[in-house]
Amino acid sequence: MKVLLRNPRREVELRGPISVTKLLSRLDLNRESVLVIRDATLVPGDAMLADTDAVEIRPVISGGAQ
Amino acid sequence: MKCRVCRGPAVIDIRRHNANFCGEHFVRYCRQQVERAISDHKMLAEGDSVLVAVSGGKDSLAVWEILVDLGYEADGLYVGLGIGEYSDVSLDHVRRFATERSLTLTEIDLVERYGYDIPTAAAKTRRVPCSTCGISKRHVFDQATVEGGYDCLVTGHNLDDEVAVLYGNVMRWQVEYLGRQRPVLPAGRGFPRKVKPLVKLSERETAAYCVLQGIDYMVEECPMAAGNKHLGYKDALNELERQSPGTKANFYAGFLKQVVHLFEHDDESIDSALGHCSRCGAPAGGEICAFCHLVERAGSARSESEGGEQPVSVAAGPVPVTFSGTQAQR
Repeated sequence: MKVLLRNPRREVELRGPISVTKLLSRLDLNRESVLVIRDATLVPGDAMLADTDAVEIRPVISGGAQ
Repeated sequence: MKCRVCRGPAVIDIRRHNANFCGEHFVRYCRQQVERAISDHKMLAEGDSVLVAVSGGKDSLAVWEILVDLGYEADGLYVGLGIGEYSDVSLDHVRRFATERSLTLTEIDLVERYGYDIPTAAAKTRRVPCSTCGISKRHVFDQATVEGGYDCLVTGHNLDDEVAVLYGNVMRWQVEYLGRQRPVLPAGRGFPRKVKPLVKLSERETAAYCVLQGIDYMVEECPMAAGNKHLGYKDALNELERQSPGTKANFYAGFLKQVVHLFEHDDESIDSALGHCSRCGAPAGGEICAFCHLVERAGSARSESEGGEQPVSVAAGPVPVTFSGTQAQR
């Protein structure tokens, strides 16, 4: 499975099938800080990702001083 | 996971509400949260014309779209910060968004209008870039809101933004700022009314809203924000949220309900001590405001390096320029 990560933009290959929750855990990412996107839509935590999938893990934290 | 509303397949879980939503009902949930924030805090009245501060990021584009969808007359203002490719791409996102929806967008470029960009100004003034950026944007947004005759300025500050600022102010006991950390700041002393309709939505939710609505926002973080302390606060708070969903919302809601009024006198004492900038008329703690200081220092430094161009005056304009800087921040 191809996994696109951002900030900095990079791509990693991981073996599927795997659940979204486990994928985030494996990458040591906090589920509160990211969205997982497949085919331009959101993928919930309990969804299974196949070995052939391409997903984006998009960080949602942004901003400087107010 | 199933949608709490229709029992169809869910695409997102909101753990603090113990709820899952399909795409359609998540979008509806987001709009309802904005409507509720507007209603609970009396942010806007029917028929208000508002100016939305837009950056090209998820929050400002989401709030712009939702307000238009709710029937408000909402124009956008983009401030060009001169941060290289990041600013160029951000502007592309904003222009595309406005064009696709036939919305009115005003652009003000710091270099063209005031003769400096954020990286240069930060270096010349030895301020952190986010501070320089904040002073600049607040001044330009405030001024445009007043001069444009808008009823208020809308910003895309979300729940995470407010919680991170609150956390930082509490950790450092900056009580003078606690009294003014409200979702609505009334007009007065040269400031326009300011409202934050996204305070009931986390930034994960505003990002999800954009994905589901097909809003093509700027995903990359500002290169100058790396290491910013608020990003560190957000990481820490999200770890607490992961362990105990609802922590952030409870912290903020409890502050508004039980605490903020205790610090109002600190806020009022700051306001009563404010004078007016001798150059632009904006509220200021000293003779000139921080924005005029910034223009003077960054502009003069630039003019020296570029052969004598004079610093740009900010005093022009029929309406007193509003300001929020170090002492007058809001």
